[in-house]
This record gives sequence, structure tokens and C-alpha cells, in this order.
Amino acid sequence: MSGIDPRIADALARLPDYLGNHVIVSLTALALGLAISLPLAIAATRNARLRWPLLAFSSLVQTIPGLALLALFYPLLLGLSMLTERTFGAGFSALGFLPSVLALTLYSMLPVLRNTVTGIAGIDPAVNEAALGVGMTRRQALWMVELPLALPVIMAGIRTSAVWVIGTATLSTPVGQTSLGNYIFAGLQTQNWVFVLFGCVAAAVLALVVDQLLALMESGVGRGKRTRVALGGVGLLLVVGAALAPSFARPPATYAIGAKTFTEQYLLAALIEQRLNTAGLTASRREALGSMIVFNALAAGDIDVYVDYSGTIWANQMGRTDAPGREKVLEEVGRWLKERGVVLLGPLGFENAYALGMARKRAEALGVRSIADLAPLAPRLTMVGDLEFFSRPEWAAIRNAYGLAFANQRLLAPDYMYQAAAAGEVDVISAYTSEGRVTQYDILLLEDPKQAIPPYDAILLLSPKRTGDQALRDALAPLVGRIDVGLMREAGLRAGDSANRQSIESVARWMWDQIEARKPR
Amino acid sequence: MAQAPAAIAFDAVSKRFAEARTNALDRVSLDVAGREFLAVVGPSGSGKTTLLRLVNRLAEPSEGTVRFEGKDVRAIDAIGLRRRIGYVFQGIGLFPHLTVAENVGITPKLLGWEQQRISARVDELLSLVHLAPSDYRDRLPAELSGGERQRVGIARAIAANPPVVLMDEPFGALDPLTRDALAQEYRRLHDQLGLTSILITHDMTEALLLADRIAVMHEGRIIEVDTPHALMTEAKHAYVHELMQTPRRRAERLGALMAGRK
Repeated sequence: MSGIDPRIADALARLPDYLGNHVIVSLTALALGLAISLPLAIAATRNARLRWPLLAFSSLVQTIPGLALLALFYPLLLGLSMLTERTFGAGFSALGFLPSVLALTLYSMLPVLRNTVTGIAGIDPAVNEAALGVGMTRRQALWMVELPLALPVIMAGIRTSAVWVIGTATLSTPVGQTSLGNYIFAGLQTQNWVFVLFGCVAAAVLALVVDQLLALMESGVGRGKRTRVALGGVGLLLVVGAALAPSFARPPATYAIGAKTFTEQYLLAALIEQRLNTAGLTASRREALGSMIVFNALAAGDIDVYVDYSGTIWANQMGRTDAPGREKVLEEVGRWLKERGVVLLGPLGFENAYALGMARKRAEALGVRSIADLAPLAPRLTMVGDLEFFSRPEWAAIRNAYGLAFANQRLLAPDYMYQAAAAGEVDVISAYTSEGRVTQYDILLLEDPKQAIPPYDAILLLSPKRTGDQALRDALAPLVGRIDVGLMREAGLRAGDSANRQSIESVARWMWDQIEARKPR
Repeated sequence: MAQAPAAIAFDAVSKRFAEARTNALDRVSLDVAGREFLAVVGPSGSGKTTLLRLVNRLAEPSEGTVRFEGKDVRAIDAIGLRRRIGYVFQGIGLFPHLTVAENVGITPKLLGWEQQRISARVDELLSLVHLAPSDYRDRLPAELSGGERQRVGIARAIAANPPVVLMDEPFGALDPLTRDALAQEYRRLHDQLGLTSILITHDMTEALLLADRIAVMHEGRIIEVDTPHALMTEAKHAYVHELMQTPRRRAERLGALMAGRK
């Protein structure tokens, strides 16, 4: 194995899981989309008043960015799940599969609808007249004449739809559905280009294979060659079978571990998974989730464990704007969580606070040491925040406390901000205090004299349904209070160092070795 | 002609289309006797095709009654009615994705005939329209010439032994030689099978030579209906008289040519 890049080996090891889930979610959506679109399209060819609103609606859906469509379904389903839980006593998982399938189903509809309507409308009127004239019923005319004649156009629509859905399914990762998008999102966050490429190529190959199998079936149906239809069908079944096989062979994972969208979270999720595996528990990871989604998913029991930060809960969930100090915040957050049934297993031992950061040279040139110094200069400076920073209450608190108004505000994936600041492309960044790149790129973290930013202790949270789960508690207990900020920064640097070619898993194992080595005897 | 109820009867039938200002058909009354061969002539837009479509309920009259074998067609199930009436369409309307045999056998199939019976019937019909079954059965319409397609269209129309055949310009777009041969062949089939036929045509000469009677339509009305001989010799309507000029002049010239006069 020494010849293979460890990142490729890592990517290959995840392929059965990612590909399998990707195939299942996209083909389910495609099948559902067909089952809805075909009858609707046929109804639209019979009723002109239905045609326009239907095509307009499906075109409208298409204009919604895929990621937004997926994200919209999560809160919708969460609300629905709570409603059914209240009325029928049984909810369903609003995370992952369901929102992805529903959004992708909507996405798949336009090409099928449009091509079916166009295909049937394009049939020579003389042929339609003949169908009725020889004594066919409307249904017989549909099945014996209209559909066979429109088939090439309809199949072209189905193939377009299949390619779209398989491509867009990569965006279902942030709503908690494992897919080939996991490679792309993780790769983008951790600057692992091997992963990004691997994910793109795998999705493209899958799309091409499905497209060609559909083409084979189409050519068979068009010329009445049953073998081709059968071959295409068998091929599709093989793809589905191959995708499902690993999940049948492997017992389903008992625990779902959540992770947000940056390297530290990927590392901690991997570390947690390794701890659970060592304890003989099976686990799967749901990565690249937004802050709100991951917390709601934990509260709803869709995921079982993840690491959050006290300040995030304090400001975002509890809506607090004061900052009474690290211990006090931790205590109140713990109490607030307990009221909602969420278990705070304990702090990991480090803080990952938000801080405004600047390249040290730039800060010194401008004479800036604290956020207060920054305020008068801000109108001439550019700031970048992570994807959620500017919409978080912490930002509102900082802005209001210091009267900040930057000339320009932009968003950037968190792992790229430090480099951008060091390169002088931006002036101020929303830095994370536990980030190794803070030292690597010599970033000055500005003081916060007005204490607008709350403390951010990393805390291990368990879902309400795991409250009495002693095995889980025991497996994770060795992590509580054992990770200091130095270890976290070093681990982040190792994971982000592309020259070193370390996978997230190997860095997580290294972290555990460090924790073991530092164990007080 | 005193006989049993007419095969097809139009009784003061009018047809108005929503978007048109004038009537496509205006109080048309006409009886077509069993085994009769009726030709319908008239300029484009005079209502010929609409008249035909009323018979097998591809269109419904706005006023008046259409009867099939003495019975109001509105009281007959449209699907069943169409399976008992052969129809040769203006654009032929062969199903492009079906073979010649499948096209010809479509109505028997819809009627639930056994496959063997359909197959035998298809061979019989193809022979009847002079297409060698072994050669033509499995071809697609795209692989046929215009004349061959028309023959298949006629075979399809009579496949389920309908008593009545409606033909909407079936010989249009054919070269004159093929056209004449096919028309003669159809007349032979009509007599042989004891059919009742209504033929729409633009060609007055064709109508005169084929039909038992000719109905002349103009602006949604039948202005005259009579035998070819009567129309040639004693047309009452000025327009009909004029229509007859061309065939008459041609016939006289041809006669002169035949007789060797210049």
C-alpha cells in the first residue's frame, strides 16, 4: 500500500458507503419523479389549462439553486415530523434521506414533464385522428400510439433528468444525506483536492453509466428489441444492487455522529467514531451540516452525538447577547440544554472562539491591537467571514458594540481565510482561536475589550434518546477535558498540510495517541 | 329507389365551430343507401370532411341527426361505431411505429380477434390490394411508396369487415397512373364486398367515373345530388353546371382525338 497516496486509499475506503448512498437517494428521487411527472404530463396534454401552470411551476423549481431547495426541505420536514409526533405519537427522521429525495424529485420533474408534453404534442395530427378513427379508446390511443411515438423524446427527458439528479445529489451532504458530495464538501473544507476530484469523477462516471444504460433501453424499446431493454434493465438493477450490497453486508450503524463544515469538526467526528468503534459500537458520520441543522438534528434524535461550542448555543439557540465569563456561560448552557433533554457530556478542554483576526504585519502597520482600534479604520477595510458568520448574532453583537462598518464584507470557506489574510487579499477575518493556521500564518487575534464575543468551550453533546446510554457515555468519557488548544491546533495543521498527505482518520488516530501519552499516571 | 332504411342518413344537420362565423355545415339532409357508392365533391372548405367525420362521431353535429343503419349515432357507443366503419384518412395516417401487418390488423386486434385469425385476415387483405404479404407484412410505413401506403390504408379500413367505408381524398398526392389503377381497384372491392362507400374527392372526373351518385357541396350545403349521368346532362345549379364543363370539354377533346380528328 506504500505506493498509493494515503488520501486516495482513504477515498477508496469510503467509496462503497458514499456511492451506495448516492445511488439510492438519486435513483429513488428519479423513480418518484417519473411516477409523478409522467401522469401529470399526460394529463397536461389532455388539458391545456393544466399545461401552463405545470410547466411554469417546474421551471420555477429549476431556478431555485439546488442547495437552497435541499435546505428548504429540512425545516419543512422537521415541522411536519413534530406535528405527526404530536398527533400520531410517531415522527420520522427529517434529516438526510427524506429532504434529499423530495428536493431531488422536484428537481427531476422539468425535463420529463417538458419532453413528454412536447413529445406527445409533436405527433402528426393525422396519426392521432387515425388512432381514434380505427376505434381506439383514449387510453388505447395513449398506450398504443402516443407513448410509443413520443418515446424517444420522453427518454431524452428522462436521461437529462437522471444526469441532473445524480449531479445535484452531491448537494445533499449538508442536509445530512451521505453522498458522493461528502468527498467534495470534506475536500473543499480541508483543502484535500484528491477528495474533491474523486467526488467529481465518481459522480460523473455514475451519471454516464446510468445515462448509457437508459440509452440502451431506449434503443431497445424503439426498435422492439427486448434483449436491449432487458440488458439495460439488468444493468440498472446491477448498479442498484452493487450500491445496496455494502449496506446489507454491514450491520447498520447504531450511532450517527454529526459534524459542521470545518476541519476541526471533521477531526473530532472521526475521533469520536474511532472511540465508538474501539468500544465495539458502530457509527456513521453526517458531515458538512450547518450549525442550526446539526443542533436541531441532535435535539430531534436524527443524530446522536456531536461537538458544539458553548458560545454558539449561547448566542444562537438561547439568543443571549451578554458575555458573563467562561464558567458562567458553560453552566447556563448546560442547564438550558438539560431542559430540552440534550445531554452535555462535558467540555473537551479547549475553546474555539470567534475572534477578529488580521495578518500581524498589517495590524502593526495600521496600529491595531483591539477591535476598538479597528472601528475608525473599518470603512476602508475588507472583511471576510465564514459562511454563517455575518448572519450569526455574535456578529451583530460585535458590530453594535464597536460600531463596525467595513467597506466590503465577503464570505469564504473557513479554512481559506487565514491564507487570504496573510496574502493581503483581505484585511480582517472571522478567525477561530483553536485553528492551527492562526500561528502558521502569523495571524493577530484582536482583543475584545467590551467582551462582545462570548466564550466558546468545545462541548460534547448527546441526543435526548441517548440519555441513559452508558456504553456511549463510557466510550466518550476519555475525551472529556483531554484536548487542549495546542493539541487541536497541531491536529488542524497536520490535517490541512497537503504536502504531508495525511488523511483525517490518521490525524484523528494521532490525536488519540497524544491524549493517551499525556494521560496523568 | 324504394328500399330498407338508408345505411347512413343526414337529417337537417348543421355544424358550427366555436371560432368560425359561418356554419361549416348548414342544414344538410342526405340519405346514402346500402351498397351505394357516393362521391362528395366541392371546393376546399365546403364542409366535405366535416360531413364525413359526423358519421363515425369524430365530430358531433350542432343541430340535426345523423343515423347509422336507421339509428341515431348519438345512441351508439362511439368506439364501437368506429370499429364498424372503415375510414381512409386524408393524410393516410398509418401508424409509423407499426409494421404493415400491425397497421392492417389494428381494428381486428381492438375487437379482440385471435392472433391467428388476424394474421390470416392481414394476408388476405394484402393480397386483395395487390401487395405480396410475404414481401410487405413486416415493412414499416416509411419503407413504402405513396401508392403502397394508400393500399395499406384501404386494407386497414376494411380489415374488420365494416359495412361502411368513409374515404377522405384517399388517392390525393398520387401520380395519375397509380391513382386511376387504385381507384378502379377500390371500386372492384366495393362491389365484391358489398360495401357502402362515401368518397371525398377534388377530382370531378374521378367522381364521375367511380360513383353511383355525386353530392356537390358549396359553402356548407349540398346544392345538388344526383347520378353522374344526370349531373353531366341536366345540372340544375349554375355552379354545378360550371363544374361539369371541364370533364365534358376534356371528354369531347379526347373523343375527337380518338376519332382521329384534329
